[in-house]
Amino acid sequence: MILSFLIFWPLFVSIILLVVRFKNAKELALGASIIELAASLFIVSQFTKTAEPQFVVNVPWITSLGINFNVGIDGISLLLVLLTTVLVPFIILSSFGSAEKRPSSFYGLILMMQMALVGVFTARDGFLFYLFWEMALIPIYFICLIWGGEGSGKITLKFFIYTLTGSLFMLVALVYLYLQTSGTHTFEIGALYEAGRLLSVSEQSIIFWAMFLAFAIKMPVFPFHTWQPDTYTVSPVQGTMLLSAIMLKMGIYGVIRWLIPVVPLGTQEWGNVAIILSVIGIIYASCIAIVQNDFKRLVAYSSIAHVGLISAGLLTLSKIGMQGAMIQMLSHGITVFAMFYIIEIIFQRTKTRSLAQLGGIRNVAPVLSSVFIVVMLGSVALPLTSGFVGEFLLINSLVQYQIVIGSVAGITIILGAVYMLRTFQKAMSGETNKVTSGFIDLTTQEKLVLFPMVVLIIAIGVYPTPLLDISEAAVNNILVIVSDFSASVK
Amino acid sequence: MNALYVICGLGFLSLVAEIANLKKGLAIAILLGIVAAIGLMVTDWNTGLHYYNDMLVFDNFSVAYSTLILVIAIFWFWMSGDYFSRQSHETDRSALILFAISGAIIMVSFNNMAMLFLGIEILSISLYVLAGSNKESLLSNEASFKYFLMGSFATGFLLMGIALIYGATGSFHLATITAFISSNSSTLPGFFYAGVLLMLVGMAFKISAVPFHFWAPDVYEGSPVTITAFMSTIVKIAAIAAFYRIFSFCFGAVQSTWGIILQIITVLTLVVPNVTAVYQSNVKRMLAYSSVGHIGYILLAFIANSTTSTGTIFYYLTSYSITSIAAFSVLHEVENAKTTTGFDGLYKRNPLMAVVMTIAMLSLAGIPPLAGFFGKYMVFTQALNNGYSGVVIIAVITSLIGVFYYFRVIIGMFTKTGEEGPISISSSSSILMVLLLALILLIGVFPDRLISLLN
Repeated sequence: MILSFLIFWPLFVSIILLVVRFKNAKELALGASIIELAASLFIVSQFTKTAEPQFVVNVPWITSLGINFNVGIDGISLLLVLLTTVLVPFIILSSFGSAEKRPSSFYGLILMMQMALVGVFTARDGFLFYLFWEMALIPIYFICLIWGGEGSGKITLKFFIYTLTGSLFMLVALVYLYLQTSGTHTFEIGALYEAGRLLSVSEQSIIFWAMFLAFAIKMPVFPFHTWQPDTYTVSPVQGTMLLSAIMLKMGIYGVIRWLIPVVPLGTQEWGNVAIILSVIGIIYASCIAIVQNDFKRLVAYSSIAHVGLISAGLLTLSKIGMQGAMIQMLSHGITVFAMFYIIEIIFQRTKTRSLAQLGGIRNVAPVLSSVFIVVMLGSVALPLTSGFVGEFLLINSLVQYQIVIGSVAGITIILGAVYMLRTFQKAMSGETNKVTSGFIDLTTQEKLVLFPMVVLIIAIGVYPTPLLDISEAAVNNILVIVSDFSASVK
Repeated sequence: MNALYVICGLGFLSLVAEIANLKKGLAIAILLGIVAAIGLMVTDWNTGLHYYNDMLVFDNFSVAYSTLILVIAIFWFWMSGDYFSRQSHETDRSALILFAISGAIIMVSFNNMAMLFLGIEILSISLYVLAGSNKESLLSNEASFKYFLMGSFATGFLLMGIALIYGATGSFHLATITAFISSNSSTLPGFFYAGVLLMLVGMAFKISAVPFHFWAPDVYEGSPVTITAFMSTIVKIAAIAAFYRIFSFCFGAVQSTWGIILQIITVLTLVVPNVTAVYQSNVKRMLAYSSVGHIGYILLAFIANSTTSTGTIFYYLTSYSITSIAAFSVLHEVENAKTTTGFDGLYKRNPLMAVVMTIAMLSLAGIPPLAGFFGKYMVFTQALNNGYSGVVIIAVITSLIGVFYYFRVIIGMFTKTGEEGPISISSSSSILMVLLLALILLIGVFPDRLISLLN
């Protein structure tokens, strides 16, 4: 029941906001998202750390097609639901400083997005998963289109067609699996796992690529990333936050839940290719980030690098890789959200994102500068920050998988330090110039958003065990599915 | 059957309304009459009665399609109320539309080749006149003439085909022809197959499948918007249903003759209009190509399995025609406002219209959870299930191309700047738009009843 509430409550509020057009939509949306957060915390308190899905809701929906409204939460889902419900209130809060046009529609779309995201992370029916997957695309498309900057029409269309291409191939793959289920066809996750594993290696390979395409475009993994920098740059900052902090996790989650256990042989067959693509992406995106002048674009590229590491570690099919991916997803979500917010704060005050024009912000805004340092260190994975735990586990898994790939991926830490420290130098330190001289330090509302993120970055870095515990059983379960099957084949 | 009488009666009433001075109440009378006809039609469900020496049969297939036609007809009259009141000879026009609807009902319930021909002609002749009903417009005249020439040409093929089939089997009656085919499958004369192919060509003209679609964009663009809406919904429903009825029920046994040709037609109908639509700057013309493209998806369901795809095709047509009516009702209002910039900046000028058009475009593009998505989804599933994965990949790609041109309208509405000043629409149009919007969502979220209606 509580899970239905978690999915339909944001939808309900979003429909009200879209239809009625409230004047104080901001406050209403914030209130709604805090209620959502409370509900998810209640789920955490009731959650038992086993691999079984909990709080399951399973109602027949389209019986003639074997589709059920089937949702449930296990450890993997819980962490991502938590990421969503924690970040959305802050994303809404972060917009309080700026006046958006048509606020009611804006916040309505954000909440609709939240509904779809929670749905994606909890769906246990292949069709439902696809449905939520697509429904997440619609609101974010309109957020970027209507509230986006110059040229948003073309860029968002590219983004939409890219993502839709991937998801349509995923749909075809899901339908193919559905048609292989025994007896009356069904989209139930267990039945799809069973059907997928009975396929031959070549069939599994095709399914692997059809589905990986969808997930790779969403994350994005090199070479499917070309939509991402433009879209992140042109979107309003709340859109960028939703895209980078939460939405790209849909792709990673998809790999964990809907790719690896469905086609284990296909994953083993082609996983190395996907890992190599991801690692190429890490190096490639980091190198581009180093020469970027636009602050937002720089973070967009750094995001490609981080995600590449997650997807590479994940596909090693090892426990540390998967656990590292889980924790790194949370860490990346928090740091990238804070980073984009800092960029937005600087942009609002100086009207520029060009690093060449900035400088000396540390002298006039020490608090902002300190927050930036923490977020930056979290992003470059300094020990005792959240980024370190994840990257350490991920690189560890890659080194165990293949020493060369592991070492190449390890360069990401160095490259990350290079572009981040360069950014710090250009924007924060140095002489205060004409653009930054009138810079005001953080306001109360901005502190209210950024301080909790700083606390989270450090807290997760110092003591990640509770979070790792939550997902451990579920991760083990997936690995058992994979290894059981590999053993039975051999 | 009684519903058909009611519709014909309304047609005659409409004809004499001018003379009898009944013009004032006519619109209400037509709407009430169609509602009554729907009621009568629904009572025929599960009866399967035959009429006129088995010339017409109202089995569940006919009842479902006739009801769909009548429901769309209500929306159509609702949408185009002001079209009638602004024109001269309004009673003649509504009479022609009503006769066209009766023709459409005959086309979905025939049990005899002669009735098929009769239905098509009743429908077409009314439409030839209506397409040219904008007398001062050169384009409208061109549309009418083109439609008439092409239509007659197609009718010729159809008639020739019927004649050859009669020559081979000795009957116009569908059941007799089917029985004859199955009992004499090895000794059928060559001209029987020629007849089947001629009928295929004739029907392909009527459903505007590629390469017999050339008339459609010009006719759609030239005709008044309301008539275009009528042609791309009610006429499409009737033509597809007639096509399905004859090729699935009657010629199913000789699928080897026409199956491969239809497959080629399907692939062409998927690819050509979707690619051409990208290059259209006029929204009406784009919708014309898109409606031809949708025929491709319906044909894909048909070739995948010509006997069990009834439910899929019915669902697809329902979602398609409701979505189209929604799109055309917005287009109608936009044209009424006589703006030069069309849809650009519509969101600022009238948010409701922009939202309805957006939902309609998303549904036509096949974005979940809207009605258009489920239609495509079922077509793809059915085709995959029957081993047509190659064609499904093509259909997936054409859907992606579709996104490109449907979204251009959306982007224009939200980001471009058009003429200033709000567009005001009557409250009855607003109610219709909201209702259609709700229907698109409702059919999309709860498709179950509609899918299983005919399966």
